[in-house]
Amino acid sequence: MSQTVFAPWDDPTQKPLIQFKGVTKRFGDFTAIDNLSLDIFEQEFFALLGPSGCGKTTMMRMLAGFETPTSGTILLSGQDIAPVPPNKRAVNMMFQSYALFPHLSVWDNIAFGLRRGNSSKDEIAQRVEEMLRLTRLEKFSKRKPHQISGGQRQRVALARSLAKAPKLLLLDEPLGALDAKLRQDTQFELMDIQEKTGTTFVIVTHDQEEAMTVASRVAVMDEGRLIQVATPPEIYEAPATVYVADFIGDVNILEGKAHQAGDKVEIAWADGELPIRGTTARTFAPGQTCHFAIRPEKVTISTERPDSANVLRGKVIDIAYLGNLSTYHVRLGNGTMMKAQTANTRRLANRGITWEDDVWLSFTDTAGVLLEH
Amino acid sequence: MRRFSWFNATSLTLGFAFLYLPMIILVLYSFNASKLVTVWAGFSTRWYGELLQNEEFLDAAWVTLQVAVFSSTLATLLGTMAASVLVRSGRFFGRTLFSGMIYAPLVMPEVITGLSLLLLFIGIGLDRGVFTIVLAHTTFSMCYVSVVVSSRLSSFDRSLEEAALDLGCSPFEAFRLVTLPIIAPAVISGWLLAFTLSLDDLVIASFTTGPSATTLPIKIFSAVRLGVSPEINALSTIMIAIVTVGVITASLITKRAAVAQQRDEQAAIRSV
Ligand SMILES: Nc1ncnc2c1ncn2[C@@H]1O[C@H](COP(=O)(O)OP(=O)(O)O)[C@@H](O)[C@H]1O
Ligand SMILES: [Mg+2]
Repeated sequence: MSQTVFAPWDDPTQKPLIQFKGVTKRFGDFTAIDNLSLDIFEQEFFALLGPSGCGKTTMMRMLAGFETPTSGTILLSGQDIAPVPPNKRAVNMMFQSYALFPHLSVWDNIAFGLRRGNSSKDEIAQRVEEMLRLTRLEKFSKRKPHQISGGQRQRVALARSLAKAPKLLLLDEPLGALDAKLRQDTQFELMDIQEKTGTTFVIVTHDQEEAMTVASRVAVMDEGRLIQVATPPEIYEAPATVYVADFIGDVNILEGKAHQAGDKVEIAWADGELPIRGTTARTFAPGQTCHFAIRPEKVTISTERPDSANVLRGKVIDIAYLGNLSTYHVRLGNGTMMKAQTANTRRLANRGITWEDDVWLSFTDTAGVLLEH
Repeated sequence: MRRFSWFNATSLTLGFAFLYLPMIILVLYSFNASKLVTVWAGFSTRWYGELLQNEEFLDAAWVTLQVAVFSSTLATLLGTMAASVLVRSGRFFGRTLFSGMIYAPLVMPEVITGLSLLLLFIGIGLDRGVFTIVLAHTTFSMCYVSVVVSSRLSSFDRSLEEAALDLGCSPFEAFRLVTLPIIAPAVISGWLLAFTLSLDDLVIASFTTGPSATTLPIKIFSAVRLGVSPEINALSTIMIAIVTVGVITASLITKRAAVAQQRDEQAAIRSV
């Protein structure tokens, strides 16, 4: 496996395609984007992830040119884009509502942007046909937007925004309106198209699974600030804060006082319980408050006391059956609830653990992460 | 639940009779063969024929048509512009005052509108004639256009225009290529409304006209003072027909557009 890994953000010689430099956006006295700095590189599939109202759409609208930063600069290929109006930017946006032109056919919708340039009729026709093929819409080219299904409309919107071969494509919650199955198919389709065209994609989503699936890097936002920008595995395995850990996937958080020796840490988290043993690259002052975050799938549940770095005793309160997985909600001695997840490799009837059972929870000393806040 | 009731039938008959009896009589007598308006002497279209020979009426009709076409076109232009500014510009200082002021002429007594325009035209020394009537009609009909167009614009999805800009349109192109085709039904029915309003206006036209220009309503009004003639009945019938067609077309266009919009919206919801 000598495949080169795509990681321009680790390469100091790479020039970013987009640079946010200390960008702040205020609406009246409300700060939507707060002194935000961020680099996005060419050919990235960059995901903005965050709860509703955290400023994701505002960032996209600043890139597209519909909002101007209150302060700070945004550079596209090293050029400040503030004075460039939206119709002069090499950026196209796929709108959350698709914003297809209802009075034009699918064909004309896709050709709309091309006709604004100075391409010849033949070139336009060729490009539209190419886009129709790419999004598998050849059969619907004559229809009006109201005569096609939601999934098809979404593909028209995508084709229309891709037609001009923008340097940068912005996708604002593009799959929000689709049902789960279609959504998954489309995610793969998007990744495929991104690979084929080599366009840089910035996608907004509030669905963490979607972000993890499609993105080369994920930015987790909260109240107009970036909390963490990292690859999906890093975000999941090494969240920077409790907020990120909690936002991405399921997590158990135990709060306690750290006592560090080298990279080994013991966390006193409850009276009458053994301290949790963990590993960290950070340094904690003796007795500093810390949070131990561990994913449910890294917690093993058993009826016999196992041999492990961390062993906790509790009682099963609830079992959530998810088909392929089961999540056990276990109450520990001091009342703390903890989740443990196991793959259902055996049939349900053969399950050894049930409600009210006394169980052991265990995990290794490298399974969780220590977070300051 | 729908049971026949004498009360309902009577009120319906009375109501409609009240509304339409005068017009029906007028239309009937326009086909009267006799010169005497009050005596029925059989069916004839002779008065329509004579109407076509009457230079004065033809002149007046020509003036009226010119005034209606120009003023409604101008009113549509201005009304649409006013509507897009008021609907789109979001909040700005005095916005409520501005939109209130646009609609004020709707409730302003015509006599006052006419009088104030007359004073203005005298004040700036404008010769009164076709041009001043056009201006006057534009003033009062543009607020009707503005009402019709803004109600359509307020439900217009702004992101369509943004999408057009995003795809390389200048703001004007975005309006021309995207907004205008979509709101066209409202603009057309606004134009038709302005056209019919101008066609049958008597009060404002009388205030703002000069000796060179007589519109049909003015002509009819002054002719009637010398006695009703069958020719006038014929003329009025034609005007009723034109106005009816105009109003019905306007409302049909609006209704059709509303149905199409609803269909589009439902299609959008179904996809969600
Ligand atoms: N034009 C505007 N005027 C005032 N407030 C706005 C405007 N646009 C966005 N906001 C506010 O900015 C915040 C961020 O909005 P947005 O970027 O749309 O969030 P999201 O992350 O859900 O896309 C929200 O609280 C929103 O109310
Ligand atoms: Mg949003």
